[in-house]
Amino acid sequence: MTAVAEGTAPLTTNPDGRQTNRRPGGAKRALQYTVLTILTILFVSPLIWMAVTSFKTQADAIDPTPQWIPAHPTVSAYDTMFGSADTPVLRWFLNSVLAAAGQAVLVVATAALAAYALARMDFAGKRLIFSTIVATLFVPAVILIIPNYIIVSKFAWLDSLTAVIVPGAASAFGVFFLRQFFLSLPSELEEAAYVDGAGPFRIFWSVVLPLSKPALATLALLAFLTNWNDFLWPLYVLFSAEQQTLPAGLATLQNANAVRYDLLMAGAMIAAVPVLLLYLAAQRFVIEGVSRSGLKG
Amino acid sequence: MSTVDAEILSTGAGDLRPVERKAGRRVSRYGGRWVPYVFLLPYLALFATFVLAPIVIGLWVSLHVWDFTIPRKPWNGLGNYKDLFDSQSVVGPDFIRSMKATGIFTLFSVPLLVVVPLAVALLMNAKFKGRNLFRAVYFAPYVLGVAVIAVLWRYILDNNIGLLNRYLGAIGLPDDIAWTTSTPAAWFALIGVTVWWTLGFNAVIYLAGLQDIPAELYEAAKIDGAGRWQQFRNVTLPGLRPVLMFVVIITIIASANMFGQSYLITQGQPGNETRTAIYYIAETGLKNFDMGRAAAMSFILTLCLLVLSGLVMLAFRERKGASR
Repeated sequence: MTAVAEGTAPLTTNPDGRQTNRRPGGAKRALQYTVLTILTILFVSPLIWMAVTSFKTQADAIDPTPQWIPAHPTVSAYDTMFGSADTPVLRWFLNSVLAAAGQAVLVVATAALAAYALARMDFAGKRLIFSTIVATLFVPAVILIIPNYIIVSKFAWLDSLTAVIVPGAASAFGVFFLRQFFLSLPSELEEAAYVDGAGPFRIFWSVVLPLSKPALATLALLAFLTNWNDFLWPLYVLFSAEQQTLPAGLATLQNANAVRYDLLMAGAMIAAVPVLLLYLAAQRFVIEGVSRSGLKG
Repeated sequence: MSTVDAEILSTGAGDLRPVERKAGRRVSRYGGRWVPYVFLLPYLALFATFVLAPIVIGLWVSLHVWDFTIPRKPWNGLGNYKDLFDSQSVVGPDFIRSMKATGIFTLFSVPLLVVVPLAVALLMNAKFKGRNLFRAVYFAPYVLGVAVIAVLWRYILDNNIGLLNRYLGAIGLPDDIAWTTSTPAAWFALIGVTVWWTLGFNAVIYLAGLQDIPAELYEAAKIDGAGRWQQFRNVTLPGLRPVLMFVVIITIIASANMFGQSYLITQGQPGNETRTAIYYIAETGLKNFDMGRAAAMSFILTLCLLVLSGLVMLAFRERKGASR
C-alpha cells in the first residue's frame, strides 16, 4: 500500500543535508512516535504507580514527595490483604473467576443453540423472535436492575453467585453475533452430514461447533470480561464478605480503608494482575474479538 | 425500532451478505417441527425471565408504592412519575439533580470519547514497528475494569497527597484542587478518568473500521488531487460511517450509565452533584428499597436514552442521504 506512495513521493532534503524519501520515516514518523510514546507514558505510569505503592508502608504511600521507588519496600499490605478475615481476597478472586467463567459458558451455550436455529432453520415465529431479540440490544440495562432484583430475590438467589451468573446470561448480542457467524459458514458440510443420516443435534455438535471455535471463543471472552468487570449489580446483590466478587470487594475495601492507599493498591493489584497476565498472553485475540464485536454488533 | 436496528446491525457484515442470501433459501429439513424450538428453548427461557419479564414487571412496579420490605404494595397510578418532577416531593429535586449529573457527564464525555480515540486510531492506522504494542498498551486499562481503575485514580486524584496535585504544584500550577470533592474539578476528573479507561476500546473499534476501507479509494482520491484533509473528509469519514454511528451510540449508552467512577471516586460529592441517575436509581431502589420510584426513574432514563439513540441514527441517516 505504501509502495505506490513511495514511488511518487518527491525527494526532499532534511535540515541535516541528507536526502530522504518523503514518506512516513522522516519528521512525520518521529512526531508520530513521540505522540504515541507520550500516550504510552500516560497509560502505563498510573499502573506502575499502583504496583509501586502496593509495596510501600502506610506512611510512604501518603508521602507528599512521590516515591517511585519505595523507601521502605515491604509486602505488609499483601500480608494484611491475604491474612484478614474481613478481606478474603482469594475468595473474591475465586468468586470472580467462577462467576465470569460460569456466565461465559452459559452465554455461549444458550446463544449458540438459539443462533443456530435462527440462522439455519425455518419455523413459525422466527422473524418475531429474532426481531424481539435484536430490539432489546439497545435497551439500556438500567431498566432491568430493579425488576431483576425482585426476580432474583423471589428465586432466593440474593447474596449468592447464581445472582451474578444467571440473569446477565441472556445475551442478545451473543445470539446476534453467532447468527451472523453461522450464516457465513458454507452449508455444504452440514448438507453432507445430513445426507449421511446425521440428525440436527449431531450436525450442530459435530459439524457446526468445531467450525465455529474462533467465534465461540470470542464470545466467551467478551462475556467473561463483561462479567469480570461488572460492578453495580454484584455491589447490590451480594452482601456478605465471603460472597463478593473482586470489583464489589474493592469497593468494600475502599469504604473501610479510605486512606490506606497501601492496602487499596495491594487490593487493586490482586484484582489487576491476573487479568493483565491473561491479557498479555491473549492480547491480540482479545483486541481482535472486541474490534469484531464492534463491526458486527 | 427493530427493523432500524436490524439494518444498522448488519452493517460491517457486508462480506457475509451473499452467503446469507444463499443460506436463507436453503434447508428446512432439520428434523421435526419441534427441533428449532428445542434449540431456542434454553436461551428463550433466560431471555423471557431476565429481559422481557423484567421490562413488564418494572413498568408494573413503577405504578405502585413498592417498598421491597413491606408486603403491601398499593396502586399509585402515575404518582411515582409525578413525584419525580415535583420539586416538593422527597425524590423530585434529587432525581432532577442526578439526571443533570448524567446529562453533564454524557454531554462532555461523549464528544471526547468519539474524537480522541479516532485521532489515536488514525495515528495507528499504518504499518509501523511496535504498532501492536501501542495498541495493546492503550487498550489495557479497559480490561482492568472500573473498580480497579477508580480505586487507583481516587488515589492519584487525592486532594492532599495525590500524584496529580503534587505534579501540578511542581510545575507551578495550583496544587490544592479538590478533584474529588468540588465541581467543576470533579467533572474534569470523572471525564478524564473515563477517557483514560475507555479510549483504547473505542480506538480498537475505529482501527478495525479504518482497515476495512479499501486502499484503492485513497489511491483514487490521491490521483484526483485530494490532500490529506480532503481524503479524510471524502474517503475516511464516509467509509467509517457505520462504525462511527456504532461508537457514538455505545458511548452514549455507556456514559449515560456511568456509575462506578462516581461511586468510587467522588461518592457523588460535592452534595450529590456528581451522583448520576443510575447511581441514584440504585440507591433509591436497592438501598432504600423504594422500588416503585426507582423503577419509574429507570423508565424515564431509558426513554431519554432511546430518544437520544434514535436522534443519532436519524442524524447519520440524513448525512448519508445528503452525500449521495
